[in-house]
Amino acid sequence: MIFKTVLVIALCILALAILANLYRIIKGPSSADRVQALDSIGINLIASTAVFSVLLHTHAFFDLILLIGILSFIGTVAFARFIERGVVIERKR
Amino acid sequence: MKTNDVILKSVTRVAAVIILTFSIYLFMNGHHHPGGGFIGGLSMSSAIVLLYLSFGVDKVRENIRVDFKKLAAIGVLIAIGTGMSGVIFGKPFLTQTFGYYDLPIFGNTELASALIFDTGVALAVIGTAVNIILSISEDR
Repeated sequence: MIFKTVLVIALCILALAILANLYRIIKGPSSADRVQALDSIGINLIASTAVFSVLLHTHAFFDLILLIGILSFIGTVAFARFIERGVVIERKR
Repeated sequence: MKTNDVILKSVTRVAAVIILTFSIYLFMNGHHHPGGGFIGGLSMSSAIVLLYLSFGVDKVRENIRVDFKKLAAIGVLIAIGTGMSGVIFGKPFLTQTFGYYDLPIFGNTELASALIFDTGVALAVIGTAVNIILSISEDR
């Protein structure tokens, strides 16, 4: 019972962290801040998925964790390239 | 401009293999567990997009000689053809069958015709997603 309460509290804290990241995305002064906040939201989603699968006694969501990780990584790489060079996919002229 | 992104290229060489393997796992997993043609094709297209990101369009186009427009069309044709094969045998459209066969290595295996439909869906998703991203990145 106590274990379940701890898990629910952890989920609430993760939701608060995602809300704080959302504030940074909307308000963030530079676009690098927004990219950082998006990556951090991905990590928080992974953590909350893991806590959910402990809470629900299932291992159906473990694929989802890997998938969120992959998509978040690719999104961060694309945004970083866009900020640094202004072009996402290189091609010869 | 000569760019130096050796970290991204080294990571991509390892990560693309992992993502491609994971996408095939998701694709084969979809019959009884979470997964299937759509998400398998989507993660495979994300691996191809990662290759495009780190190595550039021309180098990837040299090595993956696939026209993604034709790939999407072939996928839709495979999916519709699997659906129409039910009509030929007098059943409703998209009827699927399955059976148990003795394969040499795998033993008694369940083979379903839904897998062929899923292959068509996956090919259509790969072609469409990669095509959209390439044509978005074309103009600046």
